[in-house]
Amino acid sequence: MEKLVQQFPPHREDDAHHGHGGHGHHEPGFWEKYIFSTDHKTIGIQYGLTALMFMLFGFGLMILMRWQIAHPGVPVPFIGPLLEKVLGSVAAHGAISPELYNSFGAMHGTIMVFLGIVPLAFAAFGNYVVPLMIGAPDMTFPRVNMASYQAYFVGGLIMLVSFFIPGGAAQAGWTSYSPLATTIPTNGQLFWIIGMVFLISSSLLGAVNFIATIIQLRAPGMTWMRLPFFVWAQFVTAFILLLAFPPLEAAAVMQLMDNVAHTSFFLPTGLAVGGQLANVSGGGSPLLWQHLFWFLGHPEVYVLILPAMGIVCEILANNTRKPIWGYKSLVYAALAVGFLSFIVWAHHMYLTGMGTKISTFFQATTMIISIPSVIILTCFFISLWGGSIRFTTPMLFALAFLPMFGIGGLTGLPLGFNVSDVHLHDTYYIIAHFHYVVAPGTIFALFAGVYYWYPKMTGRMMNEFWGRVHFWGSFVFMNIVFMPMFAQGMAGMLRRMADGGANYSAAVNSKAGAEVVGGLSNNMMSLHTGILWGAMCLGIAQIPFIINVFWSIKHGEKAKGDNPWDATTLEWQTPTPPPHGNFDHAPQVYRGPYEYSVPGHATDFTPQNEPEGGATPKPISTAH
Amino acid sequence: MEIPYTSKPRPDTGVYNAKIGIWLFLASEVMLFGGLFSAYVLLRVGAAPGEWPHGWLNVGLGTLNTLILALSAITTLLAWVACKVGQFGKFKFFHACTLALALTFLCVKMYEYHDKWIHYEIKLVDGKFADGHFEGAVYVDKAANKELEEHSFRGMAFSEVSGGVTNNYELVSVTLEGRIVADEKDLMDLRAQKHIEHGKVTIERSQIKHMENYGPWHNTFLAIYFTLTGLHALHILGGSIVIGYLWGPGRKMWKKDPERFTNRIEVSGLFWHFVDLVWIFLFPVLYLM
Repeated sequence: MEKLVQQFPPHREDDAHHGHGGHGHHEPGFWEKYIFSTDHKTIGIQYGLTALMFMLFGFGLMILMRWQIAHPGVPVPFIGPLLEKVLGSVAAHGAISPELYNSFGAMHGTIMVFLGIVPLAFAAFGNYVVPLMIGAPDMTFPRVNMASYQAYFVGGLIMLVSFFIPGGAAQAGWTSYSPLATTIPTNGQLFWIIGMVFLISSSLLGAVNFIATIIQLRAPGMTWMRLPFFVWAQFVTAFILLLAFPPLEAAAVMQLMDNVAHTSFFLPTGLAVGGQLANVSGGGSPLLWQHLFWFLGHPEVYVLILPAMGIVCEILANNTRKPIWGYKSLVYAALAVGFLSFIVWAHHMYLTGMGTKISTFFQATTMIISIPSVIILTCFFISLWGGSIRFTTPMLFALAFLPMFGIGGLTGLPLGFNVSDVHLHDTYYIIAHFHYVVAPGTIFALFAGVYYWYPKMTGRMMNEFWGRVHFWGSFVFMNIVFMPMFAQGMAGMLRRMADGGANYSAAVNSKAGAEVVGGLSNNMMSLHTGILWGAMCLGIAQIPFIINVFWSIKHGEKAKGDNPWDATTLEWQTPTPPPHGNFDHAPQVYRGPYEYSVPGHATDFTPQNEPEGGATPKPISTAH
Repeated sequence: MEIPYTSKPRPDTGVYNAKIGIWLFLASEVMLFGGLFSAYVLLRVGAAPGEWPHGWLNVGLGTLNTLILALSAITTLLAWVACKVGQFGKFKFFHACTLALALTFLCVKMYEYHDKWIHYEIKLVDGKFADGHFEGAVYVDKAANKELEEHSFRGMAFSEVSGGVTNNYELVSVTLEGRIVADEKDLMDLRAQKHIEHGKVTIERSQIKHMENYGPWHNTFLAIYFTLTGLHALHILGGSIVIGYLWGPGRKMWKKDPERFTNRIEVSGLFWHFVDLVWIFLFPVLYLM
């Protein structure tokens, strides 16, 4: 270990006194270095911090919604008056009105998916790690990369501003189904659409950049089958973003026309709003919106999950100290998932009456896509077999990802069959299902990634003890929040009810003793309180993480060298943090990404740039 | 720090970076227009029988624009060839042609839009329909007993402040250059109606039930027509800006790095060909079918 570290030139700080004049490049100022940077690492960190902030905000919306569900109409303690002051009459007396609840619901989904997880999983980790992993000096189009972040930032700002306009933010759910989205009398939907156009443009620029970088800038010797699985995952994700987002952009343009130019793309003939015949030409198709939305919406699920799987793969290999089992199967499975994700979208639309033949097709493709997903998960489980596992904080999160994503994935099967979906559609069962995929699934993998790559970004480790506190708190309370929702959903509790079903169940309970099919029992209603407490504790469990991230920048334990986890992939073979340009010349790659515990090798890991025969690798950077 | 393969192709992939970038971008553009085309298909298939318009657009102008874009595709290609063989003067000439053609296209498109803008359909109280291009309207200010003739439609009533006095004008009559038909369906398929009798039709205010011009709100055909061609026109405009930049201030690169400049011309040309190709689909789908 010691030996390997010394092969690399000293850190940038140590090199500072040697001066920069000889290299003929100027030291960038504050704005150029941190705000308008074209360096993929800075952009990655910008994306990461912004996305984490949005995730916290989206989490806050969720807490307010859970309060309203558990205590409908009761003023929110502590922050109720603030809500009333900022948002006005929709939060009268500090209580959450149904309109506000709808806004919070729509914006929680939008923020978490488009402003939180995608930017963190794809743009942040992808930007920081992919060029380092493939031995590239930067992205192929650094200025496009910067534009991508700026478009994301503006899109996010528009979404936030929409809370404060008269009428408030969009209320038609993150899916924005028409005609509802067009007929609600608020401009929030307009802000939502314009914000989405910015976010879509941002991810389009990012996707082009990622694919071009992975194709063009791989270091010599970095063949396709030597790419770390994380890079493959990002590659497939980028293709999904590139091809699935534009139809939503088309749909957004048409909804924009419906709202602004009074066209009738999604407004049917004879549409009545509030008992009045709407003054529209009609002839449009509400189902058209649903098709275009879910043509993005379903591939989007894999945009959320594939980068997470990539992160988990890297961490599993590193902490089991053995090669990933079935690397090639992983790669082909990821490609298969990417392809199949484009032909399953209508399983979100079984209740629209689209006919048995089409339903059958989409049921079949939905079942087929579970096969590559299971292949990926199985490879990960088998990789654990016989490993000498190091239970570091990133590893704990990565390990928890496996069963949590497993629960999320398997509970999706009943939703893929239209017979069982008719019962479960639009209930809390769905909420539980996709949150298991995305919250304890993807978000756990993202936490794992933060803990894992933190020493590369800062040169210091995050605190292990508080990392464990964060992990166990998150793990326990995540399940307390989401597990009861399966039961509620199967009992028939619908989602998007601003009072959590109180009126519905009151109507049932008033006929005491009567057997009412589909009613909500008091037991089911009382689970709301437990979920609210679980959610608050889940919030408290994030405090150690937030403090840990910022405190460790200056006060964390110094990472032992550039490769503190004894990893094989190229990002650990650079100085810490990597300088602008990453490498002086592209490193030569000699082997696959997961050569751990190779028999006969001096250490239990063999870096990708170590030549055959154990000769010392050529230095790959001189860190100006 | 230098990004490799910005102008020289990478040996194993055979392309330089920007070329891959533009192809990927065009792939996403295919999906964008594909989404809108599929919307067109769904709206048309879902339209009630006899309610999808035919023959509403001027095929002659559409053909003219098709030829203009086809010609601009050729000049774009010749501009790139001129760069390749190092004849910068020819490059300047051909790309000036491209720009002029692009602007001509937009002018023709604007004329077509304007034609739809001043085309009104009036639902009459007696159940008939008046249809034609706007000629003029007479308004009256009852308080001042003042009549006013307008050459653009200003709504059923409007107010005007002049000299500190507010005049409230109300519509008296509208004159269209067109015809009156008994059934709205007669306005839908214009292909079979070879000789439509046109003339000045004046409609009194009391006869008007509903008056609307042929904007995107008129029906789903015009909605998708304006959206598709509008988005396409934005692409033409964007392409013109890029080509104009490369023809104007961007040409400095020719002196420093002719190879990279030639690549830029190639990449912008690929975009331009794509925009042309979209029109090749738009023209038959909207004008002919």
